[in-house]
Amino acid sequence: MPLTPDRKRQLTTAALVAPAGIWLFVFLVLPFMAMVVFAFGERAPEGGYQAAFTFAQFANLPSRAAAFWNTLMIAPVGAFLCLIVAYPVAYYLAIKSNPKYRLMLVSLVVVPFWTSLLVRTYAWMYILGSRGIPNLLGMIGIEDIRLLNTPGAVLLGIVYGYLPLMIMPIYVSLEKLDRRLLEASADLGAKPVSTFFGITLPLSLPGVMTGVALVTILLLGEYLIPQLLGGGKVFFIGNALVDLFLQSRNWPFGSAIAVTLVVVVVIVLSVAMRIAWKVSGSRQVDLV
Amino acid sequence: MTKWYRENAPITAENLSDEWMRLKRGSVTRRHFLGVTGLGLAAAVLARQPGVFNSTAYAQDLGSTMSLATWPNYHDPATFEAFTAATGVAVEVNVFGSNEEMLAKLQAGGIGWDLFVPTNYTISTYVKLGLIDPLDMSKLPNFSQASQSARFTAEGAVDGTTYALPKNWGTTGIAVNTSKIKTKVTSWKEFFEVAMTEADGRAMVHDYQLTTIGSALVSLGYSFNSIKQEELAKAEELLIKVKPHLYGINSDYQPGMRATDAWMTMCWTNDGAQLNRDMPEIAYILGTDGGEIWTDFYAIPKSAANKPAGYALLDYLMAPEHAVKEHIANGAPTTDSRVLALLPADVTSNKIVYPDEASLTKLEFGAAVTLTDPARAELMARFKSA
Repeated sequence: MPLTPDRKRQLTTAALVAPAGIWLFVFLVLPFMAMVVFAFGERAPEGGYQAAFTFAQFANLPSRAAAFWNTLMIAPVGAFLCLIVAYPVAYYLAIKSNPKYRLMLVSLVVVPFWTSLLVRTYAWMYILGSRGIPNLLGMIGIEDIRLLNTPGAVLLGIVYGYLPLMIMPIYVSLEKLDRRLLEASADLGAKPVSTFFGITLPLSLPGVMTGVALVTILLLGEYLIPQLLGGGKVFFIGNALVDLFLQSRNWPFGSAIAVTLVVVVVIVLSVAMRIAWKVSGSRQVDLV
Repeated sequence: MTKWYRENAPITAENLSDEWMRLKRGSVTRRHFLGVTGLGLAAAVLARQPGVFNSTAYAQDLGSTMSLATWPNYHDPATFEAFTAATGVAVEVNVFGSNEEMLAKLQAGGIGWDLFVPTNYTISTYVKLGLIDPLDMSKLPNFSQASQSARFTAEGAVDGTTYALPKNWGTTGIAVNTSKIKTKVTSWKEFFEVAMTEADGRAMVHDYQLTTIGSALVSLGYSFNSIKQEELAKAEELLIKVKPHLYGINSDYQPGMRATDAWMTMCWTNDGAQLNRDMPEIAYILGTDGGEIWTDFYAIPKSAANKPAGYALLDYLMAPEHAVKEHIANGAPTTDSRVLALLPADVTSNKIVYPDEASLTKLEFGAAVTLTDPARAELMARFKSA
């Protein structure tokens, strides 16, 4: 039986989607299911997992309330700080910079990614450590200032590490902005400030939302920066997970926390998407 | 960037950054990344430097790489270079801050260490879980049981079978930067007091349940190894009270101490000796109220990818002429009298490395139960997340 064009198209689509579908099933859906199963199990006497059906792991979640709280606080705060720093940069790159140098400037934003975040965060350990900024402050008479291993250092590291992820989506949405709208606004007598808040900002909101969502979601799983710049004292849910799997070897409780974290991320994401839709009218918003 | 370079470069800057991000996200394999960027080829070319493959006698049997899991600041890099020169096997070194972390990695499987360094109290658990192999002593001619001090080496054997050979022994004491802290710290009780007062914001504890909880227990007059509920509750109370005053919770405390970000830390003998050697103002003190005495061992995981190389490195490290160099570099005392005989007098007379017997009497070896006790693990987690 010859294939109809419709049938043929369907098969092509299926063939093209299949690899990604299988990949996601094997490496995302199956592990997640395993995690859900583990979450209802028990820790084996020497650590690891042993089969059981208990809600004890979920009942124990309040013992990590502090870690959840720290994470849920720092993620939006970090994303917001990134936004504040990133927007002017993106604006400059997209609108004010000389097009001749634009590519080079945009590359400069990306260049830090050529070095591992681990190495760059280590660099901050030296900048913030006693031989760095506190040493310089000591020279002008401000002694014994401690910057490293403080919540402020963690926040700084987060803004530094995630900045490019915020700049890029905003830059892209600003670059697409039709300049004639800005000229029209000026021609009609709008001040630059009202042009910005009436035209530029609303039109760049999809980029802003993408950036905020991207940074927030990644921050919810952040582990490295609090570990290195917080000295193990600033504890995120990512750190709690690492400890549960790599120190106490409590896989069931770790799984319960991971499942909870996924649920929290989904909730945060849907709320963010709602808000994004509302503020930018009913237009489609690309979140990730 | 010249035009010639742009046209002939294996990959453009933009593509490299794209590929790097793809690798970071996990969308492509490392192999793909190394291949497409040309970095794999570059690394392969660099690896072919003289000295790596010129020892054909070993190269066929031992492969070209092996992996060692050990502790921070615990080896002389020159040892591995010499081993590579002699055998053609490059040693990849991974460091860990706790036995729990090593156990977790081995339990999860698939990590491919060929040799690792567990502490005395963990070996029986590794054997029970079937994670380490009995050692084939015929492959370890450099080891001599007769010259070992039984006090430190007994836990390497379980039911008469040898599973691990001793690396070094040592203690867990207190390192104090005396130019910053004027109070004389002599006990764990004083450690925690000073941490909350004169060393506010400048003291460190390990990211390791055994020593952090153990030392807190000792400071309260309990056993280092206690798993009694009410004693652990008291220790937790103390640790949580101290936490806001701490500089950090980290088992790699040398960088902080050297930079004088931290002024006082829980400290192992070898780190104490290294710190004191380079910064004489840093003193190393054993608690008069107790603390830990330990032996670290070498063991070969059942899952080792390259056991011949694991044995080769272990045997190499057991040779007194190599062990003595390691000892001088890392500062941890030896269990082997052959090594002791080769040591220069300034090492054997160093009171940090070889303390008076009297100061050791109150110290306790870690107990196997602490490794797997869920209450201690949860206590540590609550302390860290508090």
